Amino acid sequence: MKDHDTLEHRLTQQGISRRSFLKFCTAMASLMALPPGTAPAIAAALAQAKRPSVIWLSFQECTGCTESLTRSHSPTLESLIFDMISLDYHHTLQAASGFAAEKSREDAMKDFYGKYLLLVDGSIPTKDNGIYSTIAGRTNLDLLQEAAKGAAAIVAVGSCAAFGGLPMAKPNPTGAAPVSDLIKDKPIINISGCPPIPSVITGVLAHYLTFGELPALDELGRPKAFYGETIHDRCYRRPFYDQGKFAKTFDDEGARNGWCLYELGCKGPTTHNACATTKWNGGAGFPIEAGHGCLGCSEPNFWDAGSFYTPLAAPTSNIGAIAGAAALAGAAAAVALSAADRAKKKSLQQTHEKLTVKDISN
Amino acid sequence: MNPQELLLWVRGTGLQLATAVCVLGMTYRLLHLALLGRKKNLAEARGSEWGPGLRTMWRRSFVLPELSARGKFTVVAGYTFHFGFFITLLFLSQHIAMLRAVLGFGWPALPHSAIEIAAILTLAAMIALLVHRYMDPVKRMLSGFEDYLTWLLTFLPLLSGFMLLHGIGPAYTQMLTLHLLSVELLLIAIPFTKLAHMLTTFSARWYNGAFAGYKGVKA
Amino acid sequence: MTLQDIAVKVERADDYSVGNISALLAEIATLLEKFIATGQSAEIDLKSLPMGALEYEQLRLALGQGEVAANLEAIGPSEIIETKYPGVWWVTHYNVEGDIVADLIEIANCPAILTSQPQDMQAGLARLQAAIEK
Ligand code: SF4
Ligand code: SF4
Repeated sequence: MKDHDTLEHRLTQQGISRRSFLKFCTAMASLMALPPGTAPAIAAALAQAKRPSVIWLSFQECTGCTESLTRSHSPTLESLIFDMISLDYHHTLQAASGFAAEKSREDAMKDFYGKYLLLVDGSIPTKDNGIYSTIAGRTNLDLLQEAAKGAAAIVAVGSCAAFGGLPMAKPNPTGAAPVSDLIKDKPIINISGCPPIPSVITGVLAHYLTFGELPALDELGRPKAFYGETIHDRCYRRPFYDQGKFAKTFDDEGARNGWCLYELGCKGPTTHNACATTKWNGGAGFPIEAGHGCLGCSEPNFWDAGSFYTPLAAPTSNIGAIAGAAALAGAAAAVALSAADRAKKKSLQQTHEKLTVKDISN
Repeated sequence: MNPQELLLWVRGTGLQLATAVCVLGMTYRLLHLALLGRKKNLAEARGSEWGPGLRTMWRRSFVLPELSARGKFTVVAGYTFHFGFFITLLFLSQHIAMLRAVLGFGWPALPHSAIEIAAILTLAAMIALLVHRYMDPVKRMLSGFEDYLTWLLTFLPLLSGFMLLHGIGPAYTQMLTLHLLSVELLLIAIPFTKLAHMLTTFSARWYNGAFAGYKGVKA
Repeated sequence: MTLQDIAVKVERADDYSVGNISALLAEIATLLEKFIATGQSAEIDLKSLPMGALEYEQLRLALGQGEVAANLEAIGPSEIIETKYPGVWWVTHYNVEGDIVADLIEIANCPAILTSQPQDMQAGLARLQAAIEK
């Protein structure tokens, strides 16, 4: 059984100085997107923090989210955070396998019933009784429902768990669904992104550990600290957008000058995520800095939102064809009704009656 | 429906519906006008119809007659609003990006600062015209529900577009959705309201000119 | 090798501007003014601001280097420099791999992280006494 004592105790045991701890808390504040002045408050809270049990279930996914997390470029920070939790089940990261692995999951679920944090990545196939993805002979749906029962809260990691993601994209052959469609009676945090920014995953975990409660969420269940603003709100190319200076191709003069990528399909204006400030690869940069527009990966249905390269202003369906068909139909109606009018007129003429405006179709 | 799905709908199906209604309605109206069974004219005319017809189209559009102060206001504000509207519609880079996607070709945009001025002038002119319509006893008497409705339907896309560009009001996703919805409402209303004048006005002017230019009886 | 080892080539750092840096400098000036008047220190988290590599370099150039430069070794190195404007400090924390984990501008007499901590002093005293007793 893992020990669940306070963090401060374990840190002093490891010989970590108070100054190091303060530095760690400063990094945490930055990670959690809190004002830098909150570091002392974090230090105070963390000193008391208990070590919760975490069960991580992976469903219909590509393991990209786990890859992202383990590639997060702050190993000391992450190892400290992992020090703070007790990861009792993660079938990619854990050493145990087979029956031993399933047993550790069952044990954790029993021992920490009502208290453990359930992390989920991947969407859940629901069609044909969920047979499209199974672990140890049990469907994902079954595993999720069982594990959700005793969870204090569920964290849906990645766009698949949060919004359905790629598996749910049209035509959704497996009937994939996000966690929030299947579990209604537990608090759910959606950490969307394909994959989510690693430090956002750890930042949300850190928040839960530090303050013992879920962070403030937006209407789609995403933590506001990271998803409160759009890529566009915080994009360093924004001044060019405001001036109407747009790159027209990926290698024209505008592109070389770092102009706005709106016309090349950037979905930054409608995408809520922290890429523009938190950045990727240990702060090296984010896609727009590399010259490519945002794909909108942290928003629902982004796979079905039209081409990644059509501007947001452009229609997502064929308007020309519809307009053509409508013009033909309009013309046909006009010709037909005019012919009817003429016929009416002729017959009236023959009977020497007068045609009035009222008689003409309108 | 989440905000993204709603936006997708207005960018897709919604826009298709609105375009279909607008194009169908307007083709029908124009063609039906053209095909109205007019009697064949058997008499020989002294003047021609085409020259005067086209001349009147030009004159009524671009030559200002002598006007009273009140008339001048209506004409100047009216022209400002019409030109401003078309400049923002046709020369804002985002609109060109949209038209390029539909038409397959585009043209150079005006700088945002120019569009800005046009948009503000247009909004101001429209508000002034509305106030004038309400304050002026004659205009007020002549105005009905439809006049106010069409004003609103024209005003909303301008206002929402302006807000979208300046980040005023709701988040971009919602604002873009509202902007597109307002455009779709306008498109749908065109064939059924006075807004149809955007095309019929020219044929009407041609008829006026042609009628005057034709010297002689019709038989 | 870490990501920080990959050189970023910055072009036209001095004559190119999109306006983000001048806004930031104005904010620093306001905070410094307030600190001088009221003694209220302040911090700006640079990671929370939109900045390209180029602008980051511009900020470095604009703030320059002053009289103090300190290094810290606490779960990875930290760099603390006073900029050429006294009272305006640039504090960069790295982890052991050399990645930046926090990047701050501090307006203060001396950044808090530089001062010795009571708990550490206590533990240090115990170690010292043990060494004497030996
Ligand atoms: S590149 Fe994208 S996110 Fe950045 S300003 Fe342009 S549209 Fe907005
Ligand atoms: S820039 Fe956009 S597409 Fe790219 S990772 Fe961030 S949210 Fe996803």
